[in-house]
Amino acid sequence: MKTMKTLLAATILAAGFATAASAKTLVYCSEGSPEGFDPALYTAGTTFDASSKPVYNRLVEFKRGTTEITPGLAESWDVSDDGMEYTFHLRPGVKFHTTDFFSPSREMNADDVIFSFDRQLSKDNPFNAYVEGASWEYFNGMSMPDLIKSIDKVDDMTVKFVLNRAEAPFLANLAMDFASVVSKEYADKLKDGGNLSDLNQKPVGTGPFQFVAYQPDAVIRYKAFADYWNGKQPIDDLVFAITTDASVRQQKLTAGECQVMPYPNPADLQALKDNADINVMEQQGLNVGYLAYNTQQAPFDNPKVRKALNMAINKQAILDAVFQGAGQAAKNPIPPTMWSYNDDIKDDPYDPEASKKMLEEAGVKDLSMKVWAMPVQRPYNPNARRMAELIQEDFSKVGVKAEIVSYEWGEYLQRSKATDRDGAVLLGWTGDNGDPDNFLAVLLGCDAVGGANRAQWCNEEFDALIKKAKSGTQEERTKLYKEAQVVFKREAPWATIAHSVVFMPMRSNVTGYVMDPLGGHWFDGVDISE
Amino acid sequence: MIRFLLYRLALLVPTFIGVSIVAFAFIRMLPGDPILLLAGERGMTEERYQQLQHLYGFDQSIFVQYFNYVADLLSGDFGTSIVTKRPVLEEFFTLFPATLELSLCAIIVATAIGIPAGVFAAVKRGSWLDQSIMGVALVGYSMPIFWWGLLLIIFFSGMLQWTPVSGRISLIYFFPQVTGFMLIDSLLSGQKGAFTSAASHLILPTIVLATIPLAVIARQTRSAMLEVLGEDYVRTARSKGLPPMRVIGLHALRNALIPVVTTIGLQVGVLLAGAILTETIFSWPGIGKWMVDSVGKRDYSVVQGGLLLIAAIIMIVNLLVDVLYGLINPRIRR
Repeated sequence: MKTMKTLLAATILAAGFATAASAKTLVYCSEGSPEGFDPALYTAGTTFDASSKPVYNRLVEFKRGTTEITPGLAESWDVSDDGMEYTFHLRPGVKFHTTDFFSPSREMNADDVIFSFDRQLSKDNPFNAYVEGASWEYFNGMSMPDLIKSIDKVDDMTVKFVLNRAEAPFLANLAMDFASVVSKEYADKLKDGGNLSDLNQKPVGTGPFQFVAYQPDAVIRYKAFADYWNGKQPIDDLVFAITTDASVRQQKLTAGECQVMPYPNPADLQALKDNADINVMEQQGLNVGYLAYNTQQAPFDNPKVRKALNMAINKQAILDAVFQGAGQAAKNPIPPTMWSYNDDIKDDPYDPEASKKMLEEAGVKDLSMKVWAMPVQRPYNPNARRMAELIQEDFSKVGVKAEIVSYEWGEYLQRSKATDRDGAVLLGWTGDNGDPDNFLAVLLGCDAVGGANRAQWCNEEFDALIKKAKSGTQEERTKLYKEAQVVFKREAPWATIAHSVVFMPMRSNVTGYVMDPLGGHWFDGVDISE
Repeated sequence: MIRFLLYRLALLVPTFIGVSIVAFAFIRMLPGDPILLLAGERGMTEERYQQLQHLYGFDQSIFVQYFNYVADLLSGDFGTSIVTKRPVLEEFFTLFPATLELSLCAIIVATAIGIPAGVFAAVKRGSWLDQSIMGVALVGYSMPIFWWGLLLIIFFSGMLQWTPVSGRISLIYFFPQVTGFMLIDSLLSGQKGAFTSAASHLILPTIVLATIPLAVIARQTRSAMLEVLGEDYVRTARSKGLPPMRVIGLHALRNALIPVVTTIGLQVGVLLAGAILTETIFSWPGIGKWMVDSVGKRDYSVVQGGLLLIAAIIMIVNLLVDVLYGLINPRIRR
């Protein structure tokens, strides 16, 4: 009987699909499987591409192609003068998806917003541990539990966040994937039915596309949400064809089996660019790759020594060999696409002779040091081993002997945090929310010494500037961050190496695709011309 | 025969315990902490780290952890993936049919071509046919799977456009999984062209995965046949004037098959190992890729559970081979 039912369902589904066969379908050759569909549970971009971006919305959103904040599910908001209270006025008439597993009886309201955060914040919420090992990594990682004092329902369409301290980047945090608004009504229904984990398997949101089906490691299907508050999408169906190998993705794109692919092999870029049917978009990534000295250890506690070593590094050679053209030399700790980037700063020139002289002046002779090379590939550093070798060669030209060391990734991250660490560490960072605080405070603040501050660098002047910049208008904050970058350059706790360039090949009939500086992949507003 | 079977079954118990210890210890011996990997560059505070250690039970002694793990196993709980937060058993059974379908196709192709090729090579020993078959087999055996797969994709899918690049079925077909076997499900769906699409998607991965077992089977068949063809009873059969086909097919091959069946059984391990690479190249949603990803992320429960389940499959296949062996060769049964 059960088989009969399944067969019947299959036939009905098949019939439904047959009628929709002429619909406009966009196939995206994605690079991996999502870990699940509740974005707040995970930290991987691949998961966000498949969950928060198509299916959900947030109170505020990043304006397409920028890191500017624009209204999302909140039409407007007020911030109290002391920066401690954020009141959001919700957009009326926003509908949740109607699917074959859930039909909403009401529109989005304050209960949904409060539930979305409360489940991450409060141990008493039935969804706080609804899957085994739910640790709400991003919510905790962005220090939200310390920051949020309370979330209050003012009325059905107004929600107030009260903070423990003023934190200007808070608004940008709310545009992040973990802050996606889920349906409380759906969650309640799942709770009553005892299948809580469906919240992570069969998502229901307010986003431009609604979830249809997922076959693990193979394909995810969505269809355009007809009642989307911002208007129905130009395409009817969105399909993620999961294709982990970059060469295979390229073959599929060339053969027309998919229309858009992420992360091409750098070596294949020329062939893709030469293909008339394919358009390759590119954008600077919101990231930075760096070499962090241990500024608490002699002789690296001397800014002059650090500066001298920075001048010994031939960045252009690294860009050519390691990034194969898909990178840009970095002079600041934040990428050029980020607001408050200080373009007036002059990079230390590549000058081995001057470097040698400066080292002599600093009294450094026969220096031996370690250079740590990451064991993994990252957008900000596609080949750390090769990069370390080039740096080793550069250093040898100024009389510094460098030994390359590496550890297993988890071990590497852990050991490099130690304040008594021996050597300079290659690492990098990709922005979460487009706020300079997310780079400067997280990676270079005094509070982060012994943690993400791999240079173990605590400079009072710099720290005072970035602490002050935690509140105020964007104009005021920009001024402070620009000053902070001057201090950074003078003190040289890192050798800033590169920002990567991200490429996005697609069939030339794809229109309206906008690259996201934060590295996500969005398909709202995308169309296929005939 | 029953005693033989019982003996074989009883052997499974210590093997299974051994595998559970190895699976448990192996992933923990690798450097790397799943919690730190989960946090990545972002890192976490010591307090948070301790919280998560506790959440996953890693703060307990290794013996307590193992004991809990075995206790859970006995109640059918293979644990939950640290990365996806989904039950391991559920993930395994969603992905396993894809691997099974591909492996079955590969072993059928490898056997169907490998045995006749080996027989031909043996019968025509020393001829150019023998030398070419064995030459090709040697190349096949030494072929790096990843390179071979990409080569086939570039040639047949890219240049000639005869076969699809990757996946299990064209994306225009959409039907719920009933059996998990795409060939069967596509037939059940009743959608026109679905079966052809599923079959065409199987061609290249099957060739890639079958290459090594085929070479091994062909070589094994040849050497077994050569041995048997030199036996007295084969000479007797020939001198009785039996037709050559009958001598080779009935007298020689039946006896030569004994080591070949064992070889085929052993290929199950090779197939599962080969599936890892083949699945990655062809975006085939099976357990091979799943396991590799989990090792990379130190997803303890998936690696443990996956290894155990795969080992169980290999043990069961080996048991079946032993039984089959007993059927072919009565001497073993005693």
